Amino acid sequence: MEITKKTACELGKMIKERKISAVEALTEQLAVIKKRDPEYQCYLTIAEEEALKEAKKVQKEIDDGMYADSLLAGVPIAIKDNICTKGIKTTCASKMLDDFIPPYDATVMKRLKEAGCITIGKVNMDEFAMGSTTETSYFKQTKNPWDVTRVPGGSSGGAAAAVAAEEAFIALGSDTGGSIRQPSSFCGVTGIKPTYGTVSRYGLIAYASSLDQIGPIGRDVTDCATLLETIAGGDPYDSTCVAAKSSSYRAALKDDVSGMRIGIPNGYFKEGLDCEVKEQVLKAAEVLSQKGAKVEFFDLPASEYAIPAYYVIASAEASSNLSRFDGVKYGYRTSEFENLKELYEKTRSEGFGDEVKRRMMIGAFVLSSGYYDAYYNKALKVKATIKKAFDQAFASYDMILGPTASTTAPKLGESLSDPLKMYLGDIYTVSVNLAGLPAISIPCGEDKKGMPVGMQLIGKPFEEATILQAAYSFEQTRGYKRPMIDERKIR
Amino acid sequence: MIISDETIAYVAALAKIKLSDEEKIRAKKDLGEILGYIERMNELDTDGVEPMSHAFPVSNVFREDVVTNGDEREEMLKNAPKQKDGCFVVPKTVE
Amino acid sequence: MKTYETVIGLEVHVELATKTKIFCGCTTAFGGAPNTHICPVCTGMPGSLPVLNKKVVEYAMAAGLACGCEITRKTKFDRKNYFYPDLPKAYQVSQLYLPICRNGKIEIETAAGKKTVGIHEIHMEEDAGKLVHDDWDDCTLIDYNRCGVPLIEIVSDPDMRSAEEVIAYLEKLRLILKYVGVSDCKMQEGSLRADVNLSIREVGSTEFGTRTEMKNLNSFKAIARAIEGERKRQIEVLEYGKKVIQETRRWDDNKDTSFAMRTKEDAMDYRYFPEPDLVPVVISEEWISSIKEKEPELRDAKIKRYQTEYEIPAYDAGILTASKRMADLFEETIAICQKPKEVSNWLMVEAMRLLKETEQEADELMLSAKKLAELIEMIDSGKINRTVGKEVFEHIFKEDADPLEYVKKNGLLMEQDDGRLKEVIRIVIQSNPQSVSDYHSGKQKAIGYLIGQTMSLLHGKADPSKVRSMMEAEL
Repeated sequence: MEITKKTACELGKMIKERKISAVEALTEQLAVIKKRDPEYQCYLTIAEEEALKEAKKVQKEIDDGMYADSLLAGVPIAIKDNICTKGIKTTCASKMLDDFIPPYDATVMKRLKEAGCITIGKVNMDEFAMGSTTETSYFKQTKNPWDVTRVPGGSSGGAAAAVAAEEAFIALGSDTGGSIRQPSSFCGVTGIKPTYGTVSRYGLIAYASSLDQIGPIGRDVTDCATLLETIAGGDPYDSTCVAAKSSSYRAALKDDVSGMRIGIPNGYFKEGLDCEVKEQVLKAAEVLSQKGAKVEFFDLPASEYAIPAYYVIASAEASSNLSRFDGVKYGYRTSEFENLKELYEKTRSEGFGDEVKRRMMIGAFVLSSGYYDAYYNKALKVKATIKKAFDQAFASYDMILGPTASTTAPKLGESLSDPLKMYLGDIYTVSVNLAGLPAISIPCGEDKKGMPVGMQLIGKPFEEATILQAAYSFEQTRGYKRPMIDERKIR
Repeated sequence: MIISDETIAYVAALAKIKLSDEEKIRAKKDLGEILGYIERMNELDTDGVEPMSHAFPVSNVFREDVVTNGDEREEMLKNAPKQKDGCFVVPKTVE
Repeated sequence: MKTYETVIGLEVHVELATKTKIFCGCTTAFGGAPNTHICPVCTGMPGSLPVLNKKVVEYAMAAGLACGCEITRKTKFDRKNYFYPDLPKAYQVSQLYLPICRNGKIEIETAAGKKTVGIHEIHMEEDAGKLVHDDWDDCTLIDYNRCGVPLIEIVSDPDMRSAEEVIAYLEKLRLILKYVGVSDCKMQEGSLRADVNLSIREVGSTEFGTRTEMKNLNSFKAIARAIEGERKRQIEVLEYGKKVIQETRRWDDNKDTSFAMRTKEDAMDYRYFPEPDLVPVVISEEWISSIKEKEPELRDAKIKRYQTEYEIPAYDAGILTASKRMADLFEETIAICQKPKEVSNWLMVEAMRLLKETEQEADELMLSAKKLAELIEMIDSGKINRTVGKEVFEHIFKEDADPLEYVKKNGLLMEQDDGRLKEVIRIVIQSNPQSVSDYHSGKQKAIGYLIGQTMSLLHGKADPSKVRSMMEAEL
């Protein structure tokens, strides 16, 4: 099963050079999934038939000379289950969409098909992307491949775990407050949250429309840059996605950080940060400065207000976005009801999990008459203040470095009991979404228990290339570590 | 922050969800804590700051007035829990 | 009993005449089998996103400018959140904080005289779907074809005091919108809908009373009745010492009364907030002036021009411009035959008579300007006389007959051959010696009898004045 240890780009190259066929690669991947997924529980849907059909088709097209300029033609990819895939069940890990089969493809899915990627299945997540552990999934509990007693992080936990466990070469996740970066950090893989407006949201089942972005999760920076290049660019179906198609991402992959100005916010290393995480991140910063980057500490004001502002804005938008799930047009419908009101209330009470209900109630509250200005409008002002603080920081720095998460992956079942504590864990990631900035999380070490630690690099708007270059350069020095997968333990 | 039973009932009604008694108690505690924490925002002076709903100043994104869609009824109805005569179905909305 | 005055403000919803919906490429065509004009966007499929139809903004601007509104330079959309089966996303994309138009006014005229009604704002929004109640299965069926059709809501100030003023306002508004061409304003198809906000107060009081909002008013008659009914109801409430409750009421035109629409348990808290899926619309000076340039001549301007340019009396000009169709026909015909007065007469008298007779609206007038001009020419050149002309007009009006062919087919062309005329006149003179001698002995009216005889021999196909002069010559 060595093939599944390759990166997506290595596999793409082999397929191009006819060293392996798309169908063979897929078959190998399916074999690994069948062996390991009963343990790690990454997949909600394995689209075996569709994938085999697609792989055959794509291989034939490759033989006919198509996909000449695609580096991922024939490469299997895992898709987070909140991205609409025409004809393949898309559940958002919720009972509410248990049987929902989208009648259309998300724009990113169209782009993947144009590049000849093979959708192998849909991966687990927190219900409607609300959570930081993938434990709010209605269907299953995904485990962290580095230690199956721990969470993979969330909400894109299935995607990050699948990539780490070699159940996928690469995957698409979505990030509203850290949902790509934090699980990437917990699972020792690389993930990018692009600048808001870089990747189309058309077909991404909305959590918080003004914060959501789709992005790649891979085993290395090159895979992420390549996949991002494949899916990025303006879309006539998304008014907020107007970025020109960029091809600068792969071009930026040079082992050179000399002269780069990297700022580290003092506030990021205050209380709440696990000391082993702190140690690893500072070591990584040291590596970058030894390679010629100009690294210094500075003060980033207002960042401590990011979490409250985030939960106001995200919950408000979510309460509105999730109102359409009412048992009328699609998804779950309660079996017994007397009238319309009962149809709505029973359907939604039975169809949604606790965390989703909690956020919908918070959202309803902060928007309700009498509270709008004190909560929602205030949060929009805090957001503006945070954005300004970043703009000022970027006048002196090319990027901002910090931890992705304050800890390594916690044990299963530890987090949900205290929602507020779980929210506070997003301290390093949410401000990036509020300001619409690009950020990447790359593995930078392990703690004493051997759990991976992630480093986050935050870039200027639409300057993904800069953080990709720094991340790539760091990766050249450190290399990629895979989880110790004890095949014997896997039934 | 103290959340009253009325407030819980009100937001639940707005969100169209029915809560069991235990859920109400839990919701009161959680919302109280979370909203209490959220009120920290008030420590930050935002006088004269423009509320920002979009992070970047994009404007005037339009479609031309051209019909691009045909009859997709079958596809659109495929996921409906109940349908009749090409329509979605709900209980009588008028008595 | 105290004397009360009625205070009325209107919220008029108008469906815009765009080809496609406001946020997707589905057709807005009226009718069509249920749910055959829908897509992931207008059915609120998970993950779908709206993209604004540029034409909607331009139509809203045109309507606003025609109503003397200020155009908001940076306008945004907001979400209005509530659950109802005709609203698939459970929120309506509308405008609360920055509507596209503000502060307009419309001049209305009633028996009481002229008056100005203020336009508080005009905002853009999406229409909802249609609910059909199925008594057989005791359920409600949802058709989303109308869902996402662009609307503008025109909100007036509470400036109206009677049903008469309300109707005058609506007539004027409808005419303006039709002239500007942003909507067909067909009430029966729901493309113009009015909600009435009504309150009463003691005459002389400056405070407003508590208002109710009445919906489901689908004809001007219903609106007039509803206003009268609600006014009476509120007076009764107050006279009984009770208070009017602010609520939405549904007018039932059959029962001739209104009912409170929503039950208490429905929290009416719309939780408006800026629509994050749409970006702001920034309107430049250039854009506004380009819309102004396209604005057609409105009724008031036409009435003035008809009087000065064509010397048409004010009253006639008023009638000719009461419908855009009629005004267009009038101008098209003049363009061909350059006889404003003639054209005006035919439209004012014959066209109006036939419209009434066939129970049609002036808007439905299917009369060819070319053929009307042709008819007028035929009369002027003496090919036919006026009596025959009326007959021909009726056939043009009813079956779009070709004037020349028609008169030829029915042999209505006038006798043009003077030799033949003389011959007939001589025959008449010879066969009526008595009348002739009467004439010569000074009885002038005897000649009338002789002319009549001549006309009847010619089956009326002659110009009486010509006959007279030739007759006199012969005598």
